[in-house]
Amino acid sequence: MIRLKDVEKVYANGTRAIDGISMEINDGEFVFLVGHSGSGKSTIIKMLTGEIGPTAGRIMVNGYNMTNVSSKQIPYMRRTIGVIFQDFRLLEKKNVYENMVFAMRAVGAPPAEIKRRIPYVLELVGLQNKTRRLPSELSGGEQQRVAIARALINNPDTIIADEPTGNLDPERSLEIMSLLERINDLGTTMLVVTHEKDLVDHFSKRVIALEKGKIVSDQTGRYYDFSRGTAQR
Amino acid sequence: MKRHDFKYFFREGTSNMFSHGFMSFAAVGMIIACLLIMGTFSLVAVNANANLQNLKQQSEILAFIDENYTEEQARAIESKIAAIENVREVTFISKQQAMENYTEEYGEDEALFQDLEPEIFRDRYSIRIVDLEQMMETAAQIDQIEGVAKIRADEDLSKGFLTISKIATIVCLALIAVLLIVSLFIMSNTIKLTTFDRKDEIAIMKMVGATDGFIRWPFVYEGLLLGLFSAVIAFFLQWGLYVGISTGIAASDTLQLIDILPFTELLGPVLIVFVVVGLLVGIAGSLMAIRKFLRV
Repeated sequence: MIRLKDVEKVYANGTRAIDGISMEINDGEFVFLVGHSGSGKSTIIKMLTGEIGPTAGRIMVNGYNMTNVSSKQIPYMRRTIGVIFQDFRLLEKKNVYENMVFAMRAVGAPPAEIKRRIPYVLELVGLQNKTRRLPSELSGGEQQRVAIARALINNPDTIIADEPTGNLDPERSLEIMSLLERINDLGTTMLVVTHEKDLVDHFSKRVIALEKGKIVSDQTGRYYDFSRGTAQR
Repeated sequence: MKRHDFKYFFREGTSNMFSHGFMSFAAVGMIIACLLIMGTFSLVAVNANANLQNLKQQSEILAFIDENYTEEQARAIESKIAAIENVREVTFISKQQAMENYTEEYGEDEALFQDLEPEIFRDRYSIRIVDLEQMMETAAQIDQIEGVAKIRADEDLSKGFLTISKIATIVCLALIAVLLIVSLFIMSNTIKLTTFDRKDEIAIMKMVGATDGFIRWPFVYEGLLLGLFSAVIAFFLQWGLYVGISTGIAASDTLQLIDILPFTELLGPVLIVFVVVGLLVGIAGSLMAIRKFLRV
């Protein structure tokens, strides 16, 4: 579960990125976080992953109080979330299988667990036949599937996807979003940051809209029309 | 931490070392260069010290015996001189022996010394001491012995040896300290460059929830291996260099008076110092380098 209560974030240069946000994402939910550049989406993700702390307010992530979490606890908090980025961030010198091993070894997973878990996750994302390929030998959509598999590999409670389809064509974007929906159906909480209206409309999930560091809309259904100030019909 | 973790750290450290071959080569090269410079200075200092010790041991006090004493009476004083605490070696030199030594040393023109009588010389003792710093106190004690007419002790020379020895030690220690710090920074910067190459890996490890300790270990192993590898290569290079230089000195007309210690005598200490310094520089350098990249 993710909970933000009266959260504010003011950067050292005086920029007020988040201005008193409160929201709650329950276990197993699928939520789109939408907003223009500079609306505060990235700041929220950084606060949820423990890269930065809030200036005021309270943040809870999967049982960890991010307001006073110690630096020693942050790695353990991060094991409860999987993060997916627009630019995939795969290790180019390692093949698909090795990228998975790397993510599991980083949290001290035993070899037997690694052997058992990787085939399952790669099959879930449809890459069971491409385990020996290097990222450079895969299409953009396939690379993002590898990134999703890596985010899933340590069995997190929540997945945070930051513009996961930003580098993909509409068809691949739909595939990736469908895959995230399927993973969500298996019980993983999903928070997807995007500004792709068509995708948001297609999946008809809860949509939280941000503007200038504030939540301007939080409802299920369609993309928020920032020009009109309403959810689109 | 489990056993499979350590196997993983070791495997990662080793494979990182080879997969970033050029940077590893640069780091090894730098450590070898620093160890060689440091080792050469240390060995010069060790040899200089050994030569100074020899010279110190050769410096002597001469005790001239009263000219009215017969040779038997003069010889009887030996036990009194030998009983003085700082005295290491006492050699009696008779008038006859003194004359022979003199003519041997200065007698290029034989005719000049043809009529020289031993009676113009005195019986004397050549005395070698343990601690050169107490030379004047020991000379005074010898002077107190009945039958000793005069003492010759070259205080300036002994003080000169001590000063040179102290300066050489201080200069060498300072150079070694400076080189150690330089090696540490070079190692740290080289590993920082290899780490920079791997900042994506570190970022991913942090992202999936690796602890700082877990991220650090493979780098520590890598530093350890690089340090050890450099130390062993540097040791053999130092050996070759030392043997080459000492052979050159032995063959030289002007330098052959310098005593060079055989490397086999220095083998153990040099290897230990190289390995310890190599490991320290390797491990400390990688810890310094990784620190910055862990702040994510």
